[in-house]
Amino acid sequence: MILIRAIGLMLLLLLGALLPSNASEADLRAVIAKFATAANFPAIEAVVRELAASGDPAVERPLAALAEGSLYVRKADSLVFVGKESGDGIELLDALTGEKSGEAAKADITKIKVNNTLRRVIRDALGTLTLGSKDPAVRIAAADTMFKTPDAANIEPLDTAIANESVASVKALLEHARAASVLVSDRPEADKLAAIALIGARGDRDAVSLLTSVEANSEGAVKDAATAAIANINSTLALWDAGQNIWYGISLGSVLLLAAIGLAITFGVMGVINMAHGEMVMLGAYTTFVVQEVIRNSFPSLFDWSLVIALPLAFLVAALVGLVIERGLIRFLYGRPLETLLATWGVSLILQQAVRTIFGPTNQEVGNPSWMSGSFNIGQLAVTWNRLWILVFALGVFAVLLYVMKRTPWGLQMRAVTANRRMAASMGIRTPWVDALTFALGSGIAGIAGVALSQIDNVSPNLGRGYIIDSFMVVVFGGVGNLWGTLVGAFSLGIVNKFLEPYAGAVLGKIVVLVLIILFIQKRPRGLFALKGRSVEA
Amino acid sequence: MRGSFSTITKMFSAGVVTAGLLMSIPAKAADDTIKVGILHSLSGTMAISETTLKDAMLMLIEEQNAKGGLLGKKLEAVVVDPASNWPLFAEKARELISKDKVAAVFGCWTSVSRKSVLPVFSELDNILFYPVQYEGEESERNVFYTGAAPNQQAIPAVDYLMSEDGGSVKRWVLEGTDYVYPRTTNKILEAYLKAKGIAAEDIMVNYTPFGFSDWQTEVSAIKKFGSAGKKTAVVSTVNGDANVPFYKELGNQGIKAEDIPVMAFSVGEEELAGLDTAPLVGHLAAWNYFESVDTPENAKFIADWHKFIKNDKRTTNDPMEAHYIGFNMWVKAVEKAGTTDPDKVIDAMVGVSVPNLTGGYSTMMPNHHITKPVLIGEIQADGQFETVSQTPGLVMGDEWSDYLPDSKDLISDWRAPLSCGNFNVATGKCGGKGTN
Repeated sequence: MILIRAIGLMLLLLLGALLPSNASEADLRAVIAKFATAANFPAIEAVVRELAASGDPAVERPLAALAEGSLYVRKADSLVFVGKESGDGIELLDALTGEKSGEAAKADITKIKVNNTLRRVIRDALGTLTLGSKDPAVRIAAADTMFKTPDAANIEPLDTAIANESVASVKALLEHARAASVLVSDRPEADKLAAIALIGARGDRDAVSLLTSVEANSEGAVKDAATAAIANINSTLALWDAGQNIWYGISLGSVLLLAAIGLAITFGVMGVINMAHGEMVMLGAYTTFVVQEVIRNSFPSLFDWSLVIALPLAFLVAALVGLVIERGLIRFLYGRPLETLLATWGVSLILQQAVRTIFGPTNQEVGNPSWMSGSFNIGQLAVTWNRLWILVFALGVFAVLLYVMKRTPWGLQMRAVTANRRMAASMGIRTPWVDALTFALGSGIAGIAGVALSQIDNVSPNLGRGYIIDSFMVVVFGGVGNLWGTLVGAFSLGIVNKFLEPYAGAVLGKIVVLVLIILFIQKRPRGLFALKGRSVEA
Repeated sequence: MRGSFSTITKMFSAGVVTAGLLMSIPAKAADDTIKVGILHSLSGTMAISETTLKDAMLMLIEEQNAKGGLLGKKLEAVVVDPASNWPLFAEKARELISKDKVAAVFGCWTSVSRKSVLPVFSELDNILFYPVQYEGEESERNVFYTGAAPNQQAIPAVDYLMSEDGGSVKRWVLEGTDYVYPRTTNKILEAYLKAKGIAAEDIMVNYTPFGFSDWQTEVSAIKKFGSAGKKTAVVSTVNGDANVPFYKELGNQGIKAEDIPVMAFSVGEEELAGLDTAPLVGHLAAWNYFESVDTPENAKFIADWHKFIKNDKRTTNDPMEAHYIGFNMWVKAVEKAGTTDPDKVIDAMVGVSVPNLTGGYSTMMPNHHITKPVLIGEIQADGQFETVSQTPGLVMGDEWSDYLPDSKDLISDWRAPLSCGNFNVATGKCGGKGTN
């Protein structure tokens, strides 16, 4: 079957070669066929350059496939195909037209290897070829590539593209690319100065990068203009850097808040030193993993919803485990902090080892849904989607928790038990059940924090270890028993940390933060917002 | 962070000791077996990496027994769990040698665990096979280093990046976790890069704590450093768990391998198993073995591994190959010596040559390091590496780096009559000191 198709294809190719109207396609095919004999990267690169030199938009398909590593050579007849995974084998598509041309087992075809240098060459080549694409996003990518790899030969195609461009934002990018190309050409000085002015106004890191190399390779007025433009951009960027640090700090703060907020309930409100708190976060993350596995295997179309589905489940799993721990262990240890600490530490080791036994010691892969991948820019500030969503999520959880504590009967009972247990009991509140449910709530919140943290951290049995100390730090710093304190504590620690990091480095920055906290606790042992109540005095 | 944590760890180390004791498989007192100790953490932070090595050793021992054992006796594995606790490594090593009377020990991952067992092995005169790439600056009579020395991983990796194929890199970020392996390796690399004419302002060195998870500042600093108009690359000695958030942040901030490639020394197939690798295609790693290597030996090893572990998805990695080589070398040396007596085996080890999994032979050198090929691989979308460059021949492990002023005059040769791990060729005396 495959053989017949191959022969048919060969005949078609021969026919194509014979017909004069298809001469250029035949030429392209002849060049593509050279991939089969290209033994090393320089040889493959030569073929790529030859294809790109043809200037025919049809070469986009094989080149893009090569960059993705899906261009194959069939061993039997040395024909080159674009391959697509299908089941156990590879579906072969014609390299130029994309028509189906049969299937092959993985053993029967060889992948054409590609490395970073080649990918770059291909990207540059595609940049010029895709300038006229109908999709604005492709044109933006093309303009971007041409800006980063300026070439005097690009000026003419760019001039045409600028004349034809209807979208203003794309047009601006094309003009930047043109300016970059002018700078490496032998155009008159006046043109170059105008180009520098244009690029200087762009004001981002890529502009600095480009101007730095211009500065190094030119002299006279052009060099001075480049130097001035770099200095100008750098001073603006310094301001943006400060903004960036604040954003990073807020983002770290939201992670700290998520990790600590469950502890603010179990430790803050109930006073239980819960060393197994981190493991509740881990259980939430593993629940996410299990949910994603089920979705991957049975309902792949739901993948973008996996986190939403995992949230209630993670809450239930962690809350249930929390309930069992409280009923089975902690309730016998109220008022004995050291024993609680030891017992919950033991529980944390048991949970870790249990997860290790069930799921194995290695990291599990939790995928990012498409709406949590990538980043966008506000001015020169790069904001990653996953961090932004985690911030939104952390604030949402905080708001819900605050509502539960302040506005519901259950929250009232919780606060009553915390403030004065015996009084609450004599008012008819069943304090043991309030304790159990409060602990379950705190654990459940830790569980949903695990869903969010699975997006930025490892899902491994050690996940919880990394957060337990940070969580205690936030709760103690913010003031035990006060949710607002936890919020303020998390964000101020996050921002201070991120402001120190660029200057002191991550290691020293962390030490400085710890020293500051120690000093602060000396001054204010109850944290930022001290709670007044009987239990605190006890 | 970790500091305060480790004090708590100490408080509970007593408890962990008991747990570790409970986990060790009770040694059967039988004279017709040869015991082999396996000293890898099965719990705690390092379990993620070391458990696999324990399983690989069990598989190798089982296979050897199926082939009829060694010197007519069956091999028996004695597994202990040092629980990622460095002092416990020394205790467990002592237990293996004195109580279980093992003939050799295969184990350790971190350099600090190796350093903690060194005195035990020289005092009780036993053999340790150490399977992980490390910072060098050490050569002990009782230790055989089957992982890579810096010149078998770091230096060829940097050479590749400097070459035209690797992108002619001119600016370097040395990013590492804050402990002995990255610090020593980066010291060697810095000296090497400067010797190659790289200016000091084109090298940025940065360290982060263990298990670091918020990489925003570091990644944007790399981006900034990379926008100076020169080709930039990151050489990463970031360890273990911190890698996943690091790569996720790289992907999210849009750092592509074509622009700023990251060359990692501690990221293997196991680490990638926890990651969606699609945004990371093209980032690099340097090892002496990749699971994707296409040789009959490797195909058989992978098939055996999947059968043994009963899971087709489990990957193989470089330290597993190191144990494969080390174990086969030990078997051959014992057969050559006709006894498992450590002194005789140590003498018989030098010069032993066994097939590795990449289609060649690895030989034990007089400095107790082995010869290996160096492979540079690019991460693929399926979580495997594809070899893009390979050293033409085998590289001999160099324990004392030639690029550090303290160690450049030192050599190691454990054959008689020199029998010295730190011979100073400048002074002609045994007993030089390296950098750490």
